[in-house]
Amino acid sequence: MSVETARPSVLGRAGRFLRDHPTVTLILLLLALVALLQVLRPGIVNERWIGNTVKFAIPLAMLAACQTLTMLTGGIDLSAGTVATISAFVVATQAPLVGTGPALLIALFPAIILGLLNGFGVGICRVHPLIMTLGTGLIGIGCLQVYQRSVIATGSVVPPILEWLGTGRTGGLPNALVLFLPFAALILWAQGRSGFGRLLYALGANEDAARLSGVRAWQVYLALYALSGLIAGLAGLVYVGLIKAPSLSLAEPLLLPSVAAAVIGGTSIFGGRGGYAGTIVGALILTVLGTLLTLLQMPEGARRILFGLIILFVTTAYLRLTDQG
Amino acid sequence: MTRTLRRSGWVLGLAALLAALLLLTKLIQPGFGASGIESLVRAALPFAFATAALAVVVIAGGIDLSVASMMAVASVTAAVLMESAGEAATVPVVLLVLLVGIAMGAINGALVVWTRLPDIVVTLAMLFVWEGVALLILQAPGGAATPWLRQLIVGPFPIPGLPEGATAFLPKSLVVLVFCLALVWLPLRRSRLGLSIYAIGSDPTAAFRSGVAIGPTRIAAYGIAGLLAALGGLSLTLSTGIGEPIPGPYLLAAVAAVVLGGVALTGGRGGLLGPILAVLILRVVRLILTLLSVDPNVTTIIEGTIMAVVVMLGGLLAMRERRA
Repeated sequence: MSVETARPSVLGRAGRFLRDHPTVTLILLLLALVALLQVLRPGIVNERWIGNTVKFAIPLAMLAACQTLTMLTGGIDLSAGTVATISAFVVATQAPLVGTGPALLIALFPAIILGLLNGFGVGICRVHPLIMTLGTGLIGIGCLQVYQRSVIATGSVVPPILEWLGTGRTGGLPNALVLFLPFAALILWAQGRSGFGRLLYALGANEDAARLSGVRAWQVYLALYALSGLIAGLAGLVYVGLIKAPSLSLAEPLLLPSVAAAVIGGTSIFGGRGGYAGTIVGALILTVLGTLLTLLQMPEGARRILFGLIILFVTTAYLRLTDQG
Repeated sequence: MTRTLRRSGWVLGLAALLAALLLLTKLIQPGFGASGIESLVRAALPFAFATAALAVVVIAGGIDLSVASMMAVASVTAAVLMESAGEAATVPVVLLVLLVGIAMGAINGALVVWTRLPDIVVTLAMLFVWEGVALLILQAPGGAATPWLRQLIVGPFPIPGLPEGATAFLPKSLVVLVFCLALVWLPLRRSRLGLSIYAIGSDPTAAFRSGVAIGPTRIAAYGIAGLLAALGGLSLTLSTGIGEPIPGPYLLAAVAAVVLGGVALTGGRGGLLGPILAVLILRVVRLILTLLSVDPNVTTIIEGTIMAVVVMLGGLLAMRERRA
């Protein structure tokens, strides 16, 4: 070790730099994927394509924020997909009834309720987050189906403001950045600099130690899962503006990729390590990967196989690169 | 004696709950009898195998999110082969499907061991892979199942020497389920491998220091789960008569049943009997709600609530025990 520090080889230094800045590795991987895309289909990488990729990556990155934050404490939020779907569906069906502004507020209400329910189960009843969020997801989807029956006559309208946010672009850049940039800045600030963020890391690294040093764990969990629900609800609002067709399974296909984005981004599923910066790059990688696989015109089955294998490969390589050596 | 009682207290409670629920069903629907139980168990068959598969992995301290996808692969493989190979080749086809299941599970396990990633990440990735494999084998639902094999899980199980009225309450599907699970589980439970599976689930470091080969044991646990998932896929093909490449809702249901069945998610505790009873309980609850003509969507809400409430109560009880 000491010999190595005395005379580091170029390769060793590069390796250490990558270990210390894991996000750089991910960005390099992202650039490699984009380069591969450009080689396969010269000219595809232009301003318009970048805008589109960012547009599709944003809802995924927001949903992955739920996974990142809960994973920092060793949890996971599998109800995020359902919560996003509920918010999207409620806003589209309430907008014709009560107007856009109130509909937006009404839509976020069930998101926070389900989040609080998760927090209650995880923080106070000490249920494993995986089980708790699966259960609330089931409850949520059932409630949504019952709700759908009651509003079947009103029809659904995606509010223009959400369409502007989800699909519109200003000067080549997607409008969703208006929401996403402050959002990401807030999360990045909160995870490292705020007391709440540090409590998340503390609880994830060693819950007993955190408790003994006076952290009221249940309050943190309650706030964390409520926040996660709120973020999932917001992601649903952006996503419905992008897809423009509310359905009962709108954001469900985003759930597993959102977990994958957080995992690829280097957040440990056991808690205590990782952060949102990696997750954002992870979401971009997954989106570019999706384009790449579509472009190769493979059968759907082969695309899914490749998707799974690449997640596996990237996370393994990342683990080897950052943990060992 | 009290120790065995306390250990199996959860399972006994589940059995009592199941009996009470069956009684309730009979009260609601006086016509509920042998044929009702028969269709109940037949519908529960794929769920039961999925739950058993997940339970084995969870006992070994892991989790397998790819159970439903592996079932889909087994289902389409069986349906395609049975359609093309004809009736004579049924037995080799079944054996082949079971081997495919073991292989899929072993691949999952080997990847978990080799990549050193958390189980949940590996099996999440493999969920996509197996789903893709199933879609490559069969684009849309199709294929066929051998008729005599389908008859294997339909109707009551005849016992020579007993009147038909007595055997009517023993559906063939229940016999198939118990037989298959017993064949896999009982020898395992008594073997060194079974003990090792419990050991690595409860404390991998202690298991390693007592000379358990952690890697191979983990691969074996996943392999057994793959075998059980293949049985689940087969039973799916047998009950519908076709292969279904899109995985059904078996993962969620299996997680719920495993937890209700008293298998600790932290590993090393529980058995197969509890989860199987839990599967039947969840199916009976669904049946009762249907009989009460409750909106099927409300049924989903109630199922989710039962799952959440039971695990919350379990969590509170465990906490109180720790304090006492």
